[in-house]
Amino acid sequence: MPTAEPTDPGALAERYGLTRSSLRPSLDTYLRELWSRRRFVAGYASARTYAMYAGARLGSVWQVLTPLLNATVYYLAFGVLLGTKDGIDNYVAFLLSGIFVFTYTQRCMTEGSRSLALNLSLIRTLHFPRATLPLAYVLNELNQMLVSTALLLVVVGVTDGLAWSWLLVVPALVLQSMFNVGMTLIFARIGTFVSDVTQLLPFVTRTWLYVSGIFFSLPAKLTDANAPEWVIQVLAFNPMSAYIDIVRRALLDEHTANQLPHAWAIAAGWSVVALAGGFLYFWRAEDRYGRG
Amino acid sequence: MAEAEPTVVADRVNIVYKVIAGQGGKGTAATAFRRILKRQDRPTIREVHAVKDVSFTAYKGDAIGVIGRNGSGKSTLLRAIAGLLPPESGAIYTGGRAALLGVNAAMMNDLTGDRNVVLGCLAMGMPADEIDRRYDEIVEFSGIGEFIDLPMSTYSSGMAARLKFAIASAKTHDILLVDEALATGDAEFRVRSERRIRELRQQAGTVFLVSHSLDVVLDTCNRALWLDKGVLRLDGPAAEVVAAYTRSARA
Repeated sequence: MPTAEPTDPGALAERYGLTRSSLRPSLDTYLRELWSRRRFVAGYASARTYAMYAGARLGSVWQVLTPLLNATVYYLAFGVLLGTKDGIDNYVAFLLSGIFVFTYTQRCMTEGSRSLALNLSLIRTLHFPRATLPLAYVLNELNQMLVSTALLLVVVGVTDGLAWSWLLVVPALVLQSMFNVGMTLIFARIGTFVSDVTQLLPFVTRTWLYVSGIFFSLPAKLTDANAPEWVIQVLAFNPMSAYIDIVRRALLDEHTANQLPHAWAIAAGWSVVALAGGFLYFWRAEDRYGRG
Repeated sequence: MAEAEPTVVADRVNIVYKVIAGQGGKGTAATAFRRILKRQDRPTIREVHAVKDVSFTAYKGDAIGVIGRNGSGKSTLLRAIAGLLPPESGAIYTGGRAALLGVNAAMMNDLTGDRNVVLGCLAMGMPADEIDRRYDEIVEFSGIGEFIDLPMSTYSSGMAARLKFAIASAKTHDILLVDEALATGDAEFRVRSERRIRELRQQAGTVFLVSHSLDVVLDTCNRALWLDKGVLRLDGPAAEVVAAYTRSARA
């Protein structure tokens, strides 16, 4: 062999400053790399939105139609057929806010769980921080959420009129987006290594949907059932209930009787925990994505 | 090139990976349940010892052809150098990031060619103004022409391979790993990509080239590795290794 080295390979590598090829970057390097790819995240998200509606005749009109149709179905099922609207003045706005907020997180989780699996070929071709892909998926859903929120504002504006408290929707969405980034990163990692999760997630989110107080007022329901006081305190810790509640507080005048305790504090707490935990959890497997 | 600095050092690398070898048994839900109840691992998962105890050192300016029969671990070795597959034991050290170019890896298929160019460059961390500057050059090099506005799913495999090669080679990589990409292009593109590989070598990079075309290896590489069933049979000047390989293939 013409290139035989007398020295030990490891020592040779070290002398010339070579590093192991499959090595996870440190957390601060990783965050810096992620920041430097922010334009990729935005570009990928917009390309994905474009590709999603490219085949449909109505194109991106579906961004408005999908939440509307969703809301109509739930309104017919719960508001009209099951009559859960008792005791809620502006039931349409109450229902819409619940569904839109919930759908935002739900879509992030279910779509995000496939964000790496569907892009394996890209992952195997180019080197880039893998967290950019789940982040782009969240950006997609945020985009959809902004359209939905605009729709919701129109509905509330027509039924209740404008109010300064609407501005609180902005911090509410920021907190929820932080939570969603964390959850999406967590499920992106799980979904990559345990693909069964993708099959299971719809059932998990649907159960979550029914306990989050979207179609009915949780406090009113519990009072009817003569449940002890602590039950509502426990249920209020559900992050989805909290994110829905802070949006309702911002938009609905009469949402004082039905509101949950400490919703803002609980929402903020979940946001920080999910964001930090999600990043750490995702980063710890950075060197293993795309293998097989 | 004896004084040159090393860019890739492989130290007794062993690579074992798990593959799902089709459906074992009848593959019905009932058999799957029985398996879970008995706590058996999926029988269909088989371990493949693809690369066995391979050591070598590559230097700046090297263009190394990796030859061997199908299934001898050539592509696996490349993926390990790229950092996409962890060695079971041993280590691969690289100076800078290695970029892998394969024919099988598609990019974003439902997006148009031009979006793939921009997104691919962004993913590699190229700044926006550089992308603007290099865009025409990349498209021209790929030779895709007016098809650049169409989704990549409509491209022939040769066209897709050309575009991917153009995107990935737009950035100067310290180490470029090429997996059969040249074989798919037409004759004209082959000449162009061979020239690009030479340029990359001159920019003091290292190029690894997996190819079944021994002529391409002889034309572009100064050195060759011959892998046989995962074992490194020979490492030396391209002409010598190719000659030994042809001799054994005839025997």
